[in-house]
Amino acid sequence: MLIMVFVSLVERAPDGGVVWGRFTTVAYTQFFYEENLLGEMSFNSDYMQIYLRSILLAGFTVLATFVVGFPTAMYVAMQEPGRRALLIFFLSLPFWVNLLVRNYAWLLLLRANGLLDQALMGLWITSEPLNILYSNTAIAIGLTYSFLPLMVLPIYAAMEKFDFSLVEAAFDLGANRVQVLMHVIIPGVKGGIIAGCLLVFIPGLGSYVTPVLLGGSKSLMIGNLIEAQFAAARNWPFGAALAFVLLLMVVLAALLRALLLRHRQRVAP
Amino acid sequence: MKSQGFQSLPWRFRGLSAAAVALYVYLYIPLIVLIAFSFNGGRMATIWEGFSLRWYAEVIQSDQFRAAAANSLIVASTSAFLATTLATLAALGFRGRPLRGQGMMVPFLSFPLVVPEIVTAVATLIFFISVGIPLGMIGLIAAHTVFCIPFAFITIKARMDTMDITLEQAANDLFANPRRTFFAVTLPLLWPAIFAGFILAFIVSLDDFVISLFLAGPSSTTLPIYMFGMMRLGVTPAVNAVSTILLVVSVLFVLTAAWMNKISPK
Repeated sequence: MLIMVFVSLVERAPDGGVVWGRFTTVAYTQFFYEENLLGEMSFNSDYMQIYLRSILLAGFTVLATFVVGFPTAMYVAMQEPGRRALLIFFLSLPFWVNLLVRNYAWLLLLRANGLLDQALMGLWITSEPLNILYSNTAIAIGLTYSFLPLMVLPIYAAMEKFDFSLVEAAFDLGANRVQVLMHVIIPGVKGGIIAGCLLVFIPGLGSYVTPVLLGGSKSLMIGNLIEAQFAAARNWPFGAALAFVLLLMVVLAALLRALLLRHRQRVAP
Repeated sequence: MKSQGFQSLPWRFRGLSAAAVALYVYLYIPLIVLIAFSFNGGRMATIWEGFSLRWYAEVIQSDQFRAAAANSLIVASTSAFLATTLATLAALGFRGRPLRGQGMMVPFLSFPLVVPEIVTAVATLIFFISVGIPLGMIGLIAAHTVFCIPFAFITIKARMDTMDITLEQAANDLFANPRRTFFAVTLPLLWPAIFAGFILAFIVSLDDFVISLFLAGPSSTTLPIYMFGMMRLGVTPAVNAVSTILLVVSVLFVLTAAWMNKISPK
């Protein structure tokens, strides 16, 4: 019960009516906030660009984690139970390491004349630094790395329950590998895939650490924009509005998931 | 039994094991590189100049590092303790007679896990300011307690769901009163999960950066915030060392939690 109270308080605050009165004391009137929100929606395309970039990057992250993570989830699910547990443990271990640390490690690898450059140039693959750091590419790499376990684990959980004798049956009936994958395995673990996509998309959208460390000042994402409103720009109402828009996007994504799942249930009763 | 059918499967998808190996390498290479270069003797972060512990010595002797580490430990241990206590009570509460609206509560508890951290941070900050809680240690602890609860709760609830209820019934049949049953049977059975939950909550709190960044006042800098400040100034071997310290602490704690969770008093 107590927890419920806590949670509801925390969640209600960004749009809560309670707080408005105090904002006027911070020298930003509600009017200003309204205008800013409207400007963001209709006139000023800078913020739109940042939101769009965040959506694209988060979307790309979902795709990348899926491509990299799906085979591994399948591989792990096909192992013996004891080995499975060990593999899953080592899969989730990096996830517990501080996000800052994980992204900083990529900073070491990606920076100009950093380790990746040294390695590639040492192998005569490239002749000059790649200059990946402080770009959207770097953010995409960092996000993919950060959230990979969030994609693999739900898919694995679905695969574990999946009856692989169906796969055997499909092979026996003469299906090839692509057919088996597309028509038997993927539909069978669809719930896990959707959950994984959502779990990667949401923190990807709201990420702050990765764009700051790997994206530099040119590639802002929503998270940096919000933080800037609270720290540098001192425009709290605007920051709160931005955060609220982000929250709405998350809720929309969650609703989309519910819709997809219901659709599935209707198709395959 | 079920696994029998699998044995013939992997070879049918031949690329799988290679892909899996590649993924594990991808997951661990950056961390291993980071750890290796934290022992670098030279002044450059990514040019190897021989083994040395000098950056660790430098970091540990820094007053700022010590203050940040102390803050982090205080916040993490207090909020992990509070969160675990509340989570244990909540899990126990869910177990007895069904409460009204119980079905709603578990999704509600996991809701904070899904909301982006930055939104939670903004919401908490505005809430604190509007209610008048000053930014600093107390606020940090309160906020950390809130977002640590789900982690502790899930761990404890999982154990509770698989717990053998007949043991408690047996205690009751043997005329133990409810209090005695709780302390002599339920709690010992639950203890590993509670401890594991505490440790997970502790790491989650220790590692938290975004929420702390919003809520920490100037005097309550935690370790991640301190580290972030260093990282923004540039890539130095000292940052490598701080990062490695935090990394090793996290890994040790996760290993302990996993180990605790495995022990089941028989």
